[in-house]
Amino acid sequence: MTYAIECRQLTRTWPGNPPVEAVKGIDLQVERGICFGVLGPNGAGKTTTIEICEGLQTATSGEALILGMSWKTDGDQIRQQIGISLQETRLSEKLTVLETLTLFRSFFHSGLAPLAVIDRVSLREKIHSRIRTLSGGQKQRVAVATALVGNPQLLFLDEPTTGLDPQSRRDLWRVITDFREGGGTVLLTTHYMDEAERLCDRVAIFDRGQILAIDSPQNLIRGLGAEHVVAFAVSGGQQPPEDFGSGLPGVIAVRRESDHRCLSVREPHVAIPALLELIKHSGLQLSSLTTRQATLEDVFVHFAGHGLNEGTEGNFR
Amino acid sequence: MSSGFTNHPLLQLFIARFREFIRTPEAVFWSYVFPLVMMISLGLAFRSDSVEPVAVCVEDGAAADQIRQVLQANPRFVVTRGTPEQCRQMLRSGKAELVLTIEGTDSARQYHFLLDQTRPGSVSARDAVNDVLQRAAGRKDPVETKETAVTEAGSRYIDFLVPGLIGMGLMGGGVWGVGYAIVDMRIRQVLKRLLGTPMKKHHFVAAMMASRLVFMIPEIIVILILSRLMFGVVSHGGYLPISLIVLLGAFQFASIGLIIASRARTLEAVAGLMNLTMVPMWIGSGIFFSADRFPALVRPVIRLLPLTPVISSLRQVMQEGAGLVTILPDLGLMAGWLVITFLVALRIFRWD
Repeated sequence: MTYAIECRQLTRTWPGNPPVEAVKGIDLQVERGICFGVLGPNGAGKTTTIEICEGLQTATSGEALILGMSWKTDGDQIRQQIGISLQETRLSEKLTVLETLTLFRSFFHSGLAPLAVIDRVSLREKIHSRIRTLSGGQKQRVAVATALVGNPQLLFLDEPTTGLDPQSRRDLWRVITDFREGGGTVLLTTHYMDEAERLCDRVAIFDRGQILAIDSPQNLIRGLGAEHVVAFAVSGGQQPPEDFGSGLPGVIAVRRESDHRCLSVREPHVAIPALLELIKHSGLQLSSLTTRQATLEDVFVHFAGHGLNEGTEGNFR
Repeated sequence: MSSGFTNHPLLQLFIARFREFIRTPEAVFWSYVFPLVMMISLGLAFRSDSVEPVAVCVEDGAAADQIRQVLQANPRFVVTRGTPEQCRQMLRSGKAELVLTIEGTDSARQYHFLLDQTRPGSVSARDAVNDVLQRAAGRKDPVETKETAVTEAGSRYIDFLVPGLIGMGLMGGGVWGVGYAIVDMRIRQVLKRLLGTPMKKHHFVAAMMASRLVFMIPEIIVILILSRLMFGVVSHGGYLPISLIVLLGAFQFASIGLIIASRARTLEAVAGLMNLTMVPMWIGSGIFFSADRFPALVRPVIRLLPLTPVISSLRQVMQEGAGLVTILPDLGLMAGWLVITFLVALRIFRWD
């Protein structure tokens, strides 16, 4: 059985002076039947990579095999077997939901009945509404429905839930989970860590056109060596040094996030008393202290050296 | 729902395009109402079925009232009385074609005409007024004359105008309908989304052009019927050549719309390109006046513009009753534009 997606040394360079390397030699294998997440900040090369896999852009070098087929020779066959939802798809505003899906269905040799797909995304009561009148979440569900109507083996979703309210996000998560449970493969990009942890069997962490890590969310978090994060802020006196707290028992890593400090710790019950003691001795006053489980966000910071929201030009420390 | 004619992608794309059009009331309005408003207003402004009135100003004087009565016996004359200054003012501003001053005494009367020799209206007013006054004074014509009024359908301005408006409608509908719609779809990434499906690109392009043709036919029929009912415009030629011209013209301009829209990424860019394409034809191709009025130097260029053969062949058929053979060079020119622009557009077309 071939991979659903296999990228070999994929690069994409935009001509310019200097040339912009959006994707710098990516190797990636996605097994069939899983939900694979591509994480990273804006400008990390996620959309370029996914669009090369969708056949919408061409790679400068390297290649992407989809379901064992090459875009160079089997483009038509690949298109029959994949479904895509672009970042911010905007469909024809003046067509109704049913008309839109009937149109998309006509492009595929085989597929699902438009009404069946509409049921899968729970838009039965909106079938005769024009796209223009739908809410953001409903439009996004129609976009996903157009991806499903050809009954694809592989579904590409580029930031499917960006900008949606919590209920709409959960509705879409259910659609994605149903598709995966039916045996399909999903490749989705997101910058929501909770979404990736919840939906994805495996994730790849992208930054500056490269893959920093690929594994299951659980393994990535476990790989930090510290599954808890202690965040605190101090007031009074001068700010403590950058490596404040790094020598404390059980502390794996220290970093600053805007106005507070984060310690990655193995055992909070050992680290916290030691931290409080250190703050007291340094003549500082604790203004806040919280603890939480480590997330993919911490994994990202661990690998990239900067936060997810800082973008590609984020400041290194 | 899995197969069959109704689910053919070409038909579905066509239906989708058709629905989008009829659900855009402003597009329907501009496609159908604008050429009609144009035809009706120009047809009324330049109608030739009534005799032009002749405005004359008679300068105040002893015999002024008597002369005025003589002239007003003929309803063609619109006579006013005024001081010399008022009359000259009317002549200058075009409210009077002629100023008449009565000089001398009753026994030795002299008529003094004041007119602008370069104004055709003034000259003919002078002749008409002179004629009436001389006869009133007792002149006898040595030879008797007879007149028969003629309004020949086919030679009036409206007969000249209707083929021009049909050509203009075909051009505007094709260039705007296809060009604007495609750039709009590119901006909203609808084209990119379609590219991600197994849709055949030539199906998309064919549906785009075919839908244009279907919107065009009713527009042309409405113009032909209304111009006949309101102004009695009839075609002296057959309907087969007219249908062929309209068909080829609609496809030609849809294809030109396609090439204009093939790379533009903003509505401003495509609007600029459309105007750049259409303005020379609005001016040069003879919609409102004959292209023969341009200097001989530019006439060969004008002859090659895509709109020129559409309008010239329509005029030949409708006004002169020309047959297919006569308009063959025009049809060939249109076919040439269609094929070249279509092939180039397909080559350079950008989907994202």
